[in-house]
Amino acid sequence: MLLVALLAILPLAGAVAAWLVPSNHQRPLVLPVVALLHIGHVIAAIVFSPPPSPSEWIELDAIGKIFLLEMSLLFGACSVYAVSYLRYRSERDNRVLCVGMLVCLSAMTLASVAHHLGILWLAIETTTLTMAPLVYFNRNARSIEATWKYMMVCSVGIAMALLGLFFLAYSMLVAGIEPSLLLESLQGAAPKLPSAWLNAAFILLLIGYGAKMGLAPMHTWKPDAYGEAPGLVGAMLAGGLASCGLLGLIRVYQICMITGDVRVYRVILTGVGLFSIAVAAVFLLRQTDFKRMLAYSSVEHMGLFAVALGIGGPALRGVMLHLIGNGLAKGVLFLVAGNIHRAFGSKNREAARGALRRAPWSGALFLGGFLALTGSPPFLPFFSEYLVFSASFSLGWGRVGAMTALLLMVAFLGMALTILPVVFGEPPRDRQRTKYRDTLVLAGPPTFLLILVALLGIWLPPPLSRLIDEAARLAGGGM
Amino acid sequence: MVDGLIHILLMLAMPPLLFGVINRTKAAFAGRTGAPFLQPYYDLFRLLRKGSVFSHTTTWVFRAGPVVTLAATLTAALLIPLGNHLPPLSFNGDMILFVYLLALGRFFTTVAALDTGSSFEGMGAAREVTFSCLVEPVVFISLLVLSRLSGSLSLSTILTHSSTALWMTSGAALILLVAGLFVVLLAENCRIPFDDPNTHLELTMIHEVMVLDHSGPAFGMILYGASLKLFLLGAFFLHVTLPIRVSSSLLDWLVFVVSMLLLAVMIGVVESTMARFRLVRVPQMLLAACILSAFAMMLVLR
Amino acid sequence: MTSLADQMLVVVLLINILVLGTHRTRVAIRAIAAQGIVLAALPLMTHQFQFHLLVMALFVLLAKGVCIPWLLLNALKKVEVNETLKPFLGYSGNILAGAVVTGLAFAVVSYLPLAPAHRGLLAVPAALATIMAGFIDLTSRRKAINQVIGYLMLENGIFIFGLLLTEAMPLMVEAGALLDLIAGIFVMVIIINQISREFSSIDTSRMTALREVE
Repeated sequence: MLLVALLAILPLAGAVAAWLVPSNHQRPLVLPVVALLHIGHVIAAIVFSPPPSPSEWIELDAIGKIFLLEMSLLFGACSVYAVSYLRYRSERDNRVLCVGMLVCLSAMTLASVAHHLGILWLAIETTTLTMAPLVYFNRNARSIEATWKYMMVCSVGIAMALLGLFFLAYSMLVAGIEPSLLLESLQGAAPKLPSAWLNAAFILLLIGYGAKMGLAPMHTWKPDAYGEAPGLVGAMLAGGLASCGLLGLIRVYQICMITGDVRVYRVILTGVGLFSIAVAAVFLLRQTDFKRMLAYSSVEHMGLFAVALGIGGPALRGVMLHLIGNGLAKGVLFLVAGNIHRAFGSKNREAARGALRRAPWSGALFLGGFLALTGSPPFLPFFSEYLVFSASFSLGWGRVGAMTALLLMVAFLGMALTILPVVFGEPPRDRQRTKYRDTLVLAGPPTFLLILVALLGIWLPPPLSRLIDEAARLAGGGM
Repeated sequence: MVDGLIHILLMLAMPPLLFGVINRTKAAFAGRTGAPFLQPYYDLFRLLRKGSVFSHTTTWVFRAGPVVTLAATLTAALLIPLGNHLPPLSFNGDMILFVYLLALGRFFTTVAALDTGSSFEGMGAAREVTFSCLVEPVVFISLLVLSRLSGSLSLSTILTHSSTALWMTSGAALILLVAGLFVVLLAENCRIPFDDPNTHLELTMIHEVMVLDHSGPAFGMILYGASLKLFLLGAFFLHVTLPIRVSSSLLDWLVFVVSMLLLAVMIGVVESTMARFRLVRVPQMLLAACILSAFAMMLVLR
Repeated sequence: MTSLADQMLVVVLLINILVLGTHRTRVAIRAIAAQGIVLAALPLMTHQFQFHLLVMALFVLLAKGVCIPWLLLNALKKVEVNETLKPFLGYSGNILAGAVVTGLAFAVVSYLPLAPAHRGLLAVPAALATIMAGFIDLTSRRKAINQVIGYLMLENGIFIFGLLLTEAMPLMVEAGALLDLIAGIFVMVIIINQISREFSSIDTSRMTALREVE
């Protein structure tokens, strides 16, 4: 318990330290220090996992461990990148950004260890708030518009999720059980809960956490926020906040899978998931702005998560694997997109062409990240997506699997239409060469993430594999 | 028998006093001394002594208007209980007669206004009819709610049924009714913020513009009828809002008179503190009042 | 006591209609503050007296009745908007829509299985009605600050529902949710200030720079 609580307190202490550092130049250095300590601490917590103590509000279970690992690694890469990025943007005061990122890390940690759904909700709400000033980092009309949309959609969504939680607790009251929002007691009571309230709660929570994840049709804020935020904030949004939303959904899923209406929930989840993938695929086909393209790709992958949850069974193992693969690969793409954006001074594929010549390292990474994310072997997403498809065919969701595969192909095509010219095209003659050069600090973190995604695809360490099996079992409603 | 006499006496003599009280309250708010309380009575006597001028274009409808309106309002006044006493006239279903008597009065006022052929008066008539379309549902729904609560169709029963005990059990619906009826009270009697009885701009007037062409005794009748209507609806409103029941008959009359005067003061306060709504806002407020009474209905039927 | 709570909930419903129909932002802010104060008193009406309920009531009073309205009024003063922007549905349309969703809330609740203690009480339908009315205000208003008021109304509705479940929500979570709400409004107010500086207006329908290119 203490070990786990320290995990969330450490970044908070870092935030206070970052607030106190007076120099704009040295403040970003707090980020990697905290991140390294956090990663070490997380690994320690996973290896020497404290014994499970039922009916505790805060507890680190297998699902939490995987989310924590993914978020901590992603934050580590972003924090190193941030040092150099903020040096480049030294004209802006970075106090809010540093503090916001650290508080967000603390809230994400709290979300992954929370077993009380109220606390989980609180943590997710806090991540929403801390990211708002970060989206507005560029201080212009476009970014203010994006921030407003992000704030309104996510706030209302998260409010709906709270109502859903209340409905869950109320269904216990109707069933004559002492209401509680503890995961364990909800799971214990699940078979007896009245379906009217439970279904309403599920829909509201899907809307709420779905808005956070960016499932269509609640995805409208995503392209704007991802497009206008700095690359590293985009990486945190796509790999951190979206994962938090997914975690919220999985916690609800853990309860719903023990009730009598499992079939209904599966159909709803696959339906919403397929719709998200379809919307994303359509918009990917005609996207010229590569940051917005990444946003739609995120919508697509969130849809894939929903479909996989709907299918269940072995697909849940795919969910856990994909969480790591998708989160880290998104990190690669967003950080590199930031580099390319700066190398060309534009994020449109008409102007930013031929990254391989202007910034070879970033260009190669962009291509690698794209291949990893769209599920090419030997990267991790290939194996997770394969697991989802094979589960769909073996569990009688063949049509869903086939449609998903088709839509993913369209999405691949759409992304390729943007990414290939950006990487291989002829650099435009009329544009001035900017001062940007690839450096170790700017290209190193995404390289590290990409290598990690490839390595995990080739060889999954047995302890991690066991952890993923355990998490998949828990997600399916196991106790 | 004595109560019946007092009822008739009060309804004939008291209404203009309410106007006096309202004007005095407004004067106090504005820092003036104001006209004496009995000024409306002096005005009425002055008008009755004057001669009448009738336009050549008007017909008998114009002359009948004030008379019929006053007669209808007087009859309606016989139906409504004052204080805790039975009215002189009471039978099952008289609540519908009550509403239609008021509607009849309004009909003749508007027809008389149209009879002048003046565009201003026609405009006033159109406004009056439009707004009454929104006011009448409120009155009807309120009566339905009250009749549902009391299980009766007679005005005397449904209005005297309201009590402190009823407020404890179904206060939620009654709050809504009070809010809706207060809007009706102000709107029907052309008070601020819906209409300004003292305005001199024809373009913004509603009720006053309809009676511009009346003079002398006919105009006196109109003024008296207006005060009687305020008295009527005020009594209606008080029955729902302040269900004070005193056992002694004389004391009860006293309570009634005092609460009516208090109501007049309250209207005066509202008029002094609020500005008149723009004309386009009036239907919105009336619509809101409709919705309030519909909510009350929903709560009672639930 | 339950009847008193019901009467207060009716006041909450009336405020919903007022906020939906008013054309003056200042009135809407005052109304939502009044709603917050009524909500602060509600837990003391519906439950047996407990110390932590009193603490919560004070928290709510401070947050919804004082702090948030103050933030909003300040923002209103700063952005100095005198423009009246008609909601997408019009004022009457807004009021009518509010009435329709209130009716809908009552209709829906009659189909839901309620806990025996809550049948015949107004809390559940009033909560749903306030949530839906807030959602309408949020989506139909053009002014950013009115959208925030709609969001507050929605939160108030959820709060009413939460009153039925004080056992399930620990005080810590309850207080955290309120703190998050204040922080959220604070951030929104800052964004509104920036919007008015950037666009010289807080009409959100003018913010159309970000959209899919054809």
